[in-house]
Amino acid sequence: MDDRVEQASVRLTIDGVVVEAAAGTSVAAAILNREGATAWHVRRSVSGAARGPLCGMGICFECRATVDGLTHVKTCQLPVRAGMEVHTDG
Amino acid sequence: MNQRITIVGAGIVGAACARALVRAGARVTVVEARFPGGGATAAGMGHVVVMDDSPAQLALTKRSRDLWQVLAEELPPEAEWRRTGTLWVAADDDEVAEAARKQEVLAAAGVASRQLDAAELAAAEPTLRAGLAGGLLVPDDGVVYPPPVAAWLLAEAVRGGARVIRTAAVVSVAGEDLAPGCVRLTDGRTLAGDAVVVAVGTATPRLVPGVPLRPRKGHLVITDRVPGFATHQLIELGYVKRAHDVGTDSVAFNVQPRATGQLLVGSSRQVDDDTRDIDPAMLQRMLDRCLAYMPELAGVSALRTWTGLRAATPDGLPLVGPWGEMPGVWLATGHEGLGITTSLGTAELVAHGLCGAPTTLDPLPFLAARCGLAEGVAHG
Amino acid sequence: MAERRGRVVTDVLVIGGGPAGIAAACTAAEAGLRVDVIDDNPTAGGQIWRGGPGGGAPAATAWLARLARSGASLHRATTVIDVMPQEGGPPAIATHAAAGVGVWQARTIVLATGTRERFLPFPGWTLPGVVGAGGLQALVKQGLDVRGRRIVIAGTGPLLLAVAELLVERGATVMAVAEQAGLLRLVRGAAAIIGHPAKLMQAARIRRAIGPVLRTGTFPLAVRREGNAVVVTLASGPSGRERRDDIPCDLFACGFGLVPNVEIARALGCELHAGGIAVDGFGATTVSGVLAAGECTGVGGVDKALVEGRIAGLVAAGRRDQAGPLLREQCRWRRFAALLDRTFVLDRRLAHLAASDTVVCRCEDVAAGRLACHRSWREAKLMTRIGMGPCQGRVCGPAAETLFGWSPDDVRPPFSPTPLGHLG
Repeated sequence: MDDRVEQASVRLTIDGVVVEAAAGTSVAAAILNREGATAWHVRRSVSGAARGPLCGMGICFECRATVDGLTHVKTCQLPVRAGMEVHTDG
Repeated sequence: MNQRITIVGAGIVGAACARALVRAGARVTVVEARFPGGGATAAGMGHVVVMDDSPAQLALTKRSRDLWQVLAEELPPEAEWRRTGTLWVAADDDEVAEAARKQEVLAAAGVASRQLDAAELAAAEPTLRAGLAGGLLVPDDGVVYPPPVAAWLLAEAVRGGARVIRTAAVVSVAGEDLAPGCVRLTDGRTLAGDAVVVAVGTATPRLVPGVPLRPRKGHLVITDRVPGFATHQLIELGYVKRAHDVGTDSVAFNVQPRATGQLLVGSSRQVDDDTRDIDPAMLQRMLDRCLAYMPELAGVSALRTWTGLRAATPDGLPLVGPWGEMPGVWLATGHEGLGITTSLGTAELVAHGLCGAPTTLDPLPFLAARCGLAEGVAHG
Repeated sequence: MAERRGRVVTDVLVIGGGPAGIAAACTAAEAGLRVDVIDDNPTAGGQIWRGGPGGGAPAATAWLARLARSGASLHRATTVIDVMPQEGGPPAIATHAAAGVGVWQARTIVLATGTRERFLPFPGWTLPGVVGAGGLQALVKQGLDVRGRRIVIAGTGPLLLAVAELLVERGATVMAVAEQAGLLRLVRGAAAIIGHPAKLMQAARIRRAIGPVLRTGTFPLAVRREGNAVVVTLASGPSGRERRDDIPCDLFACGFGLVPNVEIARALGCELHAGGIAVDGFGATTVSGVLAAGECTGVGGVDKALVEGRIAGLVAAGRRDQAGPLLREQCRWRRFAALLDRTFVLDRRLAHLAASDTVVCRCEDVAAGRLACHRSWREAKLMTRIGMGPCQGRVCGPAAETLFGWSPDDVRPPFSPTPLGHLG
């Protein structure tokens, strides 16, 4: 992947809703940019509490979601890709 | 009675002995240099299982499992006791015959089990690979998380009057200047007593030279949470055969679902390696074996790997009883891969031998005197 | 792990693609060595030079271009999962990437693993919308839209002001910046910055940008949700007589300083000093063949990272005699790092913010009340499962150290979750 910024837009699906994100956006940021009060509800803790990203850099594991069928994916270290299917557990 | 007994080590065996001895009326002191359940107790799988490698092993594990079922009602939630059952997996017709034989042996000992054919096996555990031949389900086996159990057992002993020393370790249990039943601590103190019970696993030969124990290293992997991936503790029927010969390195398919939804993946055995380092080649062999039985494991993430040291005796049975060469010294060690299960039966044997408390078990097969290991002195 | 896969043999393996790693890699590669850089993010730059849809800082662009020209190989989205001792050289390094596990054997390893934020627990800190200060900075750089958002920032360190500046640039409203260090300590620190004119100008610029929202000697007591808003309770004043202030906002960004990432260093056997990897003037750790540079040796900012990276690159290339002019600069920035340490010492009250039911270990939901009775990290870990989750104590370890004085264990391999199919 190129480090230079291309101001193209990428379409992906988050919890069944199609969203657009600039190329180079992380999946975490795309999840958080959604409309609605629960945009920051990305996952559930082991006792069921709603959680959202904390560290933004891949060490806290609070940004995990299911991406293209793979569970427990750290979304803060994953750039968006056209056609991606993301499911949160919020 | 009212014997003064010092227990060396508060792993699950030492802690269980402490509780049993206190209940039998003894005055107990436990010396634990770190914290309860911090050694091998924390490193294993916590599988409470009936094993039939020998009649004595069958009797000990069966009695122990019965005791676990009673204890389960009192254990705190952190113990995570669950009656998952064990599902022994048969890969071919030979192993199906082994399952049938096992079912009969268990039945004769009063242990319920049920044979499954290939279809029933697949229904019971859909993530097992296709083409397996069947299995044997032992429904009353269970799974527990041992460190809080050791802590709870020790706390029970303390509630019953036991004393715990955590500021020093035991440096010797016998010697010219030490009367039988006394121990010397690292801080120079001598603890007087009538008997010492040594429950320190692979460290035993340091205190009791000549005890025939060899370390048998095992690897384990714990995964991320995958609730519903497996329901029972799964072991290949070849496990006993593979694990039997102490002198050989071996791996066997052994996967356990934990209450948290994580999987514990094992198992491996390497003799005489007493370092705790991960052996990459061994780990890979073990994982390959497990992936062969459960291909879907490939996509499950490992969170951590670690090793533990089992204390292995030449005949696979623990050493529970007096060590004749050192009057006043008793052993409660050598449990190999069954320390969690047989901790409770061991404690019952120790309380019987030292205090005359009742037991349904025959102590003879576990005495050090067997096979001419050492002259045991009966205590009644 | 994974010995049967081919191993890559290289001259210099740089672990971490932030400023220090990039500087080390450029320097060594320009001297003709084979250099491989691994970084767990999808783009190089580390934290301070984080790339994303908004583009990177000019300094970052220049150094990244230099890296591309230098001949060094950059391996992104690649995480270290284990180290394997070797004969006659530093340990081999096992990594994991989407394609699987790789093994790297280098004559010299340069650790440039940077830092992470220190999080301290307080009631409500696990609510969605409560995020790290560096965490929010990272998310914004990754494309998080904060236009029109009201944001409260709290915690400690120069990072708070840098985050505030970025947020204002991106259209957010910064309601308050609560620095726990008291005014006197900060003024003393600022006076010492006279020796670093560039830093002084940066501080003045930031002050202008965020206006009069900086509160010193102020720390968070709790945070709660009220409908759609996040309400932050800030406290300031002498112990026992604190003034409280509730501030409604949309996001609460809170971080209490930076903790060097020393997990790989510890696995390699390197000794630590003051929480960072112990190094001499030439970046040598206590393990032969292993150098370290940047924030992971001590928190001192991008200038320290660049000079230490360049020195490490020279040493790796066998040209330590050329490091002379850089040593004086390094000394200056190491003094700056010590100044930061002294200025942003944590107020004792921060260790007592957690209530009995406040979660300390987020991975396993272990609350503070269950932890206090244990005497060590290891005992607490086995009894309560703190640190047994995927983060292996990276978040809760520093918190437990502040709250209880425990020294966390080493991280076990795989250092990051890895599919079993790739380990087998």
